[in-house]
Amino acid sequence: MDPMAEIRLTFFQECEEQLTALENGLLSMQEGDSDSETVNAVFRAVHSIKGGAGAFKLNALVNFAHIFETALDRVRSGELVPDVDAMKLFLRAADALADLVSASRDGGVEVTAPYVAIEEEFNALIGGGGAAAEEDEFANLAFQPIITAFDEPPPPPAQNVFTIRLRPLRELFAKANEPLALFRELARLGTLTSICDIKNLPFLDTFEPEDSYLSWELRLETDSQRAAVKEVFDFVEGDCDLAIELAQSATAPPPPEMDITAILRKVREEAPAIAAAAAAAAPPPEADAAPKAVKAAVQPTIRVDLDRVDRLINLVGELVINQAMLTQRVLHSSHVRDREVTSSLEELERLTREIQESVMAIRAQPVRPLFQRMSRIVREVADATSKDVRLRTEGEATEVDKTVVELLADPLTHMIRNAVDHGLEGPEQRVAAGKAPEGTVKLAAAHRSGRVIIEVSDDGQGINRPRVLQKAIANGLVPPDAQLSDSEIDNLLFLPGFSTASTVSNISGRGVGMDVVKRSIQALGGRISIASAPGKGSTFTLSLPLTLAVLDGIVVTVDEQVFVIPLTAIVETVKHEPSRIHHLGDHSFVLRVRDVLVPLIDVGAELGVRGPTSDLRSGVAILIETANGTRSALLVDNIQDQRQVVIKSLETNYMRVDGIAAATILGDGRVAMILDVDALVGPRHHDWVAAETPLAKAS
Amino acid sequence: MTVTILTVDDSRTMRDMLRMALVDAGFRVVQAEDGLHGLDVLRGEKPQVVITDINMPRMDGFGFIEAVRQDAQYRAIPILVLTTESDDEKKLRARRAGATGWIVKPFDPAKLIAAVRRVAA
Repeated sequence: MDPMAEIRLTFFQECEEQLTALENGLLSMQEGDSDSETVNAVFRAVHSIKGGAGAFKLNALVNFAHIFETALDRVRSGELVPDVDAMKLFLRAADALADLVSASRDGGVEVTAPYVAIEEEFNALIGGGGAAAEEDEFANLAFQPIITAFDEPPPPPAQNVFTIRLRPLRELFAKANEPLALFRELARLGTLTSICDIKNLPFLDTFEPEDSYLSWELRLETDSQRAAVKEVFDFVEGDCDLAIELAQSATAPPPPEMDITAILRKVREEAPAIAAAAAAAAPPPEADAAPKAVKAAVQPTIRVDLDRVDRLINLVGELVINQAMLTQRVLHSSHVRDREVTSSLEELERLTREIQESVMAIRAQPVRPLFQRMSRIVREVADATSKDVRLRTEGEATEVDKTVVELLADPLTHMIRNAVDHGLEGPEQRVAAGKAPEGTVKLAAAHRSGRVIIEVSDDGQGINRPRVLQKAIANGLVPPDAQLSDSEIDNLLFLPGFSTASTVSNISGRGVGMDVVKRSIQALGGRISIASAPGKGSTFTLSLPLTLAVLDGIVVTVDEQVFVIPLTAIVETVKHEPSRIHHLGDHSFVLRVRDVLVPLIDVGAELGVRGPTSDLRSGVAILIETANGTRSALLVDNIQDQRQVVIKSLETNYMRVDGIAAATILGDGRVAMILDVDALVGPRHHDWVAAETPLAKAS
Repeated sequence: MTVTILTVDDSRTMRDMLRMALVDAGFRVVQAEDGLHGLDVLRGEKPQVVITDINMPRMDGFGFIEAVRQDAQYRAIPILVLTTESDDEKKLRARRAGATGWIVKPFDPAKLIAAVRRVAA
């Protein structure tokens, strides 16, 4: 890759980090944190984006960042104490800046009304300092002798002779400037002769090593103008006595003065075309240029290509399979169980597992950036619906597999939108209901028994169950006389095509329903459930696997076939003597488990491995619990083992199969299917939600 | 002998740009991410020229320059600061802290090299 394009890529990656830091800082400031380091970090973020953008001539970005930065600088210096409205403006500006960054990255920047509006608000806030950026630009251009860029012939060389007198002060040396380096630069401009004056040099006994005693008289013959000569002394101005005299002017007439306005016009005409060409030449950043987590403290880190990590994870997966195979072969082939071999194998298994966990940890990322993105969604929807909303987040440091984090963005966005748009009431309505006018949406993450739990809750009106039921009946999703429990009604929200808003608002109305949310969560091996209390609010709970690569499960057999049941779904094994089994129609049975009746599912028949078993007494019944807390018992022939298996996607390697979540390779080399417990239990037995066909027909 | 230049900047983009321009011109480049880190690298690498940003976490450019100037062993090293605009106030503060010169961002490589040349012994 061309080095500039590569740096450009780095720049946009870094922008993502800066934007996260910016939002982070602004949110702390909004919470009342006025620590100077917080304000500095916010300022730095905008400043860095501006600096990099300048290098790539992303002028729209530079100008906007400049105005933003100017306002933040006032805050930093204490001249401006931001009130609630100013903080809101900053947050909106941060959003706009993020948009501008994306637009600049993708090549098309249009300075549209929202940016102009924010710029005007900034100008109002800080008193019209925003034009400074442009002035700076012209100031720079006007003094750069950019002669080569034009078609006119260069002016004829004219010899000027300058006499320069220089007497450095000790400060010049204290700042590590060096007359010799200056003379070298002068010599590049023409012919230089120098005379050193040593008459001020003292005797050695009074010689102060850090003082300055020498002065010089220089003669420079050059075709350069005075400005170029003076520029050489730019760094030492004030730290020396300097006199530059034009001893002898050029004999040739001075070149016609260039028309600055004409040059500027030309620059302005050509600049966009050049910028556009540059933007076109740079490839769009790769997909993995995703925002990286912001370091809480400075920790030594390295950046590694995601491909390498994934390759490592795949290899470790193979290692796990191989180790299992080895163990099985050794134990089966030797007639005598050698204790040392066995313990070595156990040690190998332990190590393999540890390696696997460590490798998985590389892919783990905190959910913080994801949560931070949500605060923007909340702001946007709150603005659009004129509601006062506060987003509270908890457990941002909870780590989840990178892919899970990425794939969660869309479903979470939708749920947050719903929570603000449908869940929360307007301010008046809230006050009338005796609540604070400001609604709260809470986003929490935590690790619980080997899974990640993410909760989206609001303190709004709760699910309007009569309306949900009415709507479901109107849409023919349930029969008019259906008797549904509260939780069953809540779960109707997940039915395909269900929409509660009587008019589809432009916030939630993107043609995405909760059914899509549910499906994307399920695709991640997760489950979603609802709890809602009228007048008090709703909570959506997502339960997700920590990783998409391995799973702890119980290996069972059904008619010679091997299946894996995820351990997280299993409650216990239960007795199923005939007295506890009750018939419910031809092929449906329920099992009494501690005085509760649960559906008994014959896995073999359900998956079509064999016909319905005639002998329900044989085999083992395993009590499982699905995502929404309903229980069922699965009937299998035998339990073989409990072990960790490496998940191999069936969908990418073959196709989606109902009732099967994925596949794995066992120690003996056999392929085993991993059961999708929720789907297996769902369709015919219990769950209204997962019904593939309208329930009206099913009943 | 190859001249070693230490660049201190918290922005990876800026570090990369500096490195590219300086390496192209034949310099050896070592990098640091903030002032404190810069002091570490300075002592380890003994560069001949330092280029530093101003706004950085942990220790900013002003603090960094002052620290270098107070260190008997390193105080004679030329230090160029990176400033975004031709901001006179910042330039003045940098000079008061002991900066040798400055480079205005965004820089063009030729000007950067010229500035380095003007201070490199």
